[in-house]
Amino acid sequence: MKILAFSLAAIVTIVLIIILNSTLVLPAPLGKLLSPQHGIWQNAEPVDKDFSKALHFAGLKGNVNVYFDDRLVPHVFAEQENDAWFVQGYLHAKFRLWQMELQTLAAAGRASEIIGSKALDHDREFRRLGMVYAAENSLEAMEQDPATKNQCDSYTAGVNAYIANLSESELPFEYKLIGYKPEKWTNFKTALFLKYMSYDLAGHEEDFEMTNAKNQFSGKDFDLLYPLQSDSTEPIIPKGTVYSSPKFNVIRPATADSLYYKDSSAINISASKPDKENGSNNWAVSGSKTLSGAPILCNDPHLGLNLPSIWYEMQIVTPEFSVYGATFPGASSVIIGFNENCAFGFTNGGRDVRDYYEIKFKNKSRKEYWFNGQWQPATLRIEKIAIKNEVPYFDTVAYTVFGPVMFDPTFYKDSFVSNKSYAVKWSAHDASNDLKCFSLLDRAKNYDDYKSAVNFLLTPAQNCAFASKDGDIAIQTQGRFPAKWKRQGDFIMPGFDSSYMWQDFIPQDETPYQYNPERGFISSANQVPADTSYPYYLGSDYPMARGYLINKKLSAMNDISIKDMMALQTNTEDAFAKMAMPLVIKYISEKELEKAPGKYLQILKAWNFHDDATSTGATVFNVFWDTFEKEVWLDDLEKIKGVKSMPSKTTLLENLLKDSAFKFIDNSHTSEFETLPDILTSSFNIASDSLQKIEAAGKLKWSDYRATHIDHLTKLPALNRSGIISGGGPLTINALKETHGPSWRMIVSLTQKIEAYGVYPGGQSGNPGSRFYDNFIDRWADGKYYPLWLMTAGEGQDKRVKWTMTFSGS
Amino acid sequence: MKFFAVIVIIIVLGFAGCLILPWWSIALVGFITILLIPLTPLRSFSAGFIAIFILWFLSSLWISSNNNHILAQKVSLIILKMNSPFLLIFITAIIGGLIAGLGALSGSFLWTAFQKNKVE
Repeated sequence: MKILAFSLAAIVTIVLIIILNSTLVLPAPLGKLLSPQHGIWQNAEPVDKDFSKALHFAGLKGNVNVYFDDRLVPHVFAEQENDAWFVQGYLHAKFRLWQMELQTLAAAGRASEIIGSKALDHDREFRRLGMVYAAENSLEAMEQDPATKNQCDSYTAGVNAYIANLSESELPFEYKLIGYKPEKWTNFKTALFLKYMSYDLAGHEEDFEMTNAKNQFSGKDFDLLYPLQSDSTEPIIPKGTVYSSPKFNVIRPATADSLYYKDSSAINISASKPDKENGSNNWAVSGSKTLSGAPILCNDPHLGLNLPSIWYEMQIVTPEFSVYGATFPGASSVIIGFNENCAFGFTNGGRDVRDYYEIKFKNKSRKEYWFNGQWQPATLRIEKIAIKNEVPYFDTVAYTVFGPVMFDPTFYKDSFVSNKSYAVKWSAHDASNDLKCFSLLDRAKNYDDYKSAVNFLLTPAQNCAFASKDGDIAIQTQGRFPAKWKRQGDFIMPGFDSSYMWQDFIPQDETPYQYNPERGFISSANQVPADTSYPYYLGSDYPMARGYLINKKLSAMNDISIKDMMALQTNTEDAFAKMAMPLVIKYISEKELEKAPGKYLQILKAWNFHDDATSTGATVFNVFWDTFEKEVWLDDLEKIKGVKSMPSKTTLLENLLKDSAFKFIDNSHTSEFETLPDILTSSFNIASDSLQKIEAAGKLKWSDYRATHIDHLTKLPALNRSGIISGGGPLTINALKETHGPSWRMIVSLTQKIEAYGVYPGGQSGNPGSRFYDNFIDRWADGKYYPLWLMTAGEGQDKRVKWTMTFSGS
Repeated sequence: MKFFAVIVIIIVLGFAGCLILPWWSIALVGFITILLIPLTPLRSFSAGFIAIFILWFLSSLWISSNNNHILAQKVSLIILKMNSPFLLIFITAIIGGLIAGLGALSGSFLWTAFQKNKVE
């Protein structure tokens, strides 16, 4: 009897422990999670935590001192360069390990290992896009360069030094919550991270959408809807620049007109796409335009905004150089920043470097495909995708002369055609050692150093801005671009004919660039790099509003101060609305508006064209214009079968400014012929209904309507930051949207003692239990900055130093 | 007195055990302590429960206070769907208390199974 009582008690205890130690019954292992000495309580960092520490690692060649300032920004002083990269890896891991690993797992198509089969489609798509293949190719190029290999090896050793000494209690919060452990870091993971950035920045295309549209519309109409360049675009390299005749002559396939543009079947495949607005602003003004007489460089990359932030701020000092700026947890080097001699910043190039070819396989085995009049063998790559709590999934991907067959009937369910296959050709597949660009920029002393550094940046293509103490300013629209014939790769290309392949890359010395231009500034905001006199095809679909406004403002500015640059970077003027409003006022029929719409029109008329946080006019304009666009386009786009894409905002406005009787205005569903006043007025009435609902919900103020929130990578609401009050809109220089916007604002004045300011919407610690998790967000939302301290060797005792971490060899 | 002594011993061993062993070592601590210093089943459970309840309550309260409850607010929203650091601290203590109490209870039953005489 007593033994029975014991057995019962013991069994209950053990069962309860098992339940509380696993996710078999509960969604989280509550016992393990809440144990004060093991679980999440250990991640509740004391607000007065002392970050000072003395560490020893056998691999270090010399001593490294790390001084943390009151924002927890480390200033790393290393006696040996490789030790600096080791410590960078260590610090990235210490403050951002979970995010680093998650990003590389996502890039490698391994998310299912962590979150289960709901990520299987993502994993398959990324493997089929060739992300792992691309990272393998780049790793080879990185490791062939001894300097890059040393740098990566040291960085990797630093990350692993942190992981190896990580106790259960020190495990980052998210590992405990989800219930897994970090694996060792490798150089390959760095390559994967860089490919993730390539996907984000050089992965955008609309080839399926454009093919469908081309099938539906006449050539003339298609060009009206999806024009190659908008009229108001100011290219990065100004109009009128003279280009020499091209070194490489692209040969347009003989069948291009007959074959390429005629494909009657609609396609219903949609590749997951990076945010179209992944853009940025950068500019540099020469000393002739500044108050101090020294150049000023500004940069704000627009990316998806997340917690932990994609950026980690730090300074790295070696015997050779001292560089400060934003770094990528997951890769060594400072990416956007400045050193004692110069500053550098980037905006996305956005050229189309991802194309599709239709592949005809001999049979379902996908072992052979038709190419140049014969059956060619395909290489089959088997992808094993491990899935949490399930058996692994095996996916077979055929590799062709173009690249991997991303879409085939085993992967997508197309409701129109069921047996077509498409290979993806992507510049990111080709080997490149892009990291070297940043490593060389970090130590660049002058324009020549900058020039040779940026040549290493192949994918993702970037507009690289530069300014130096020597007084030089420059911009290069850098990247590896296929030399394309006009409209090549805008649509699906035939995969059986080698004449449709990319023929060669545009020679490096024909890359458009600008060096100390007469106008005294260089700038880019993702607009088209050059005008149509540039001898190579540049593709379409470039945004124009921000670039137009930046150039207009910079041209008019003189005696520029840092404050002026801060104001410009956070400028909320909506140039697009300013262009559109006269048209609206001229053609809208006020007497046909009902009472409520009349009120909103008055708000709109009183609007100052600024997307300020409290502006109601900005909300009215954006709701109205979105409605108007849909009223104009949707009836016409309905004719397109399969996936489709709406013409850009600029396209509609420019067509209307040229021709108020623009043919697509008419609603094809009605028997009457609608005119511009008809559609404007009816759109306004429809928009008013939405606006009344928005107003009733108390969200008429622009910031409340746009409702920017910065989400933790898990999307758990408790870890997100919402209710952010800030100006800026999709088309303003301060390009803030719901979950997307300026991810790092930086201003560097290249005076003798460099003066720099910066801020990013996050915090230095990735730990949700740290006061440094999101402490920069409010200042960022306010459009304010922190001074960036380029610390010098003698300043170890400065009162700005709050904690000191020392690293030494054994 | 013996009851309070057992509580103090479980607190000390429970803390020490968790420095090197997994969190569920608190059950072992309750179990072994009662084998060495036997109590009745009810008193054993109570001693184990109270000891680790106090230990886990005070340590999580201490940690969370030093953190201005930044993390506890977030975790309580995730786990309890409400913003209540104190409820999270309380649940932490209940879980610890329950496991240690059950361990102690098992110890008590095992000890009595081998005894002829009633324990006090």
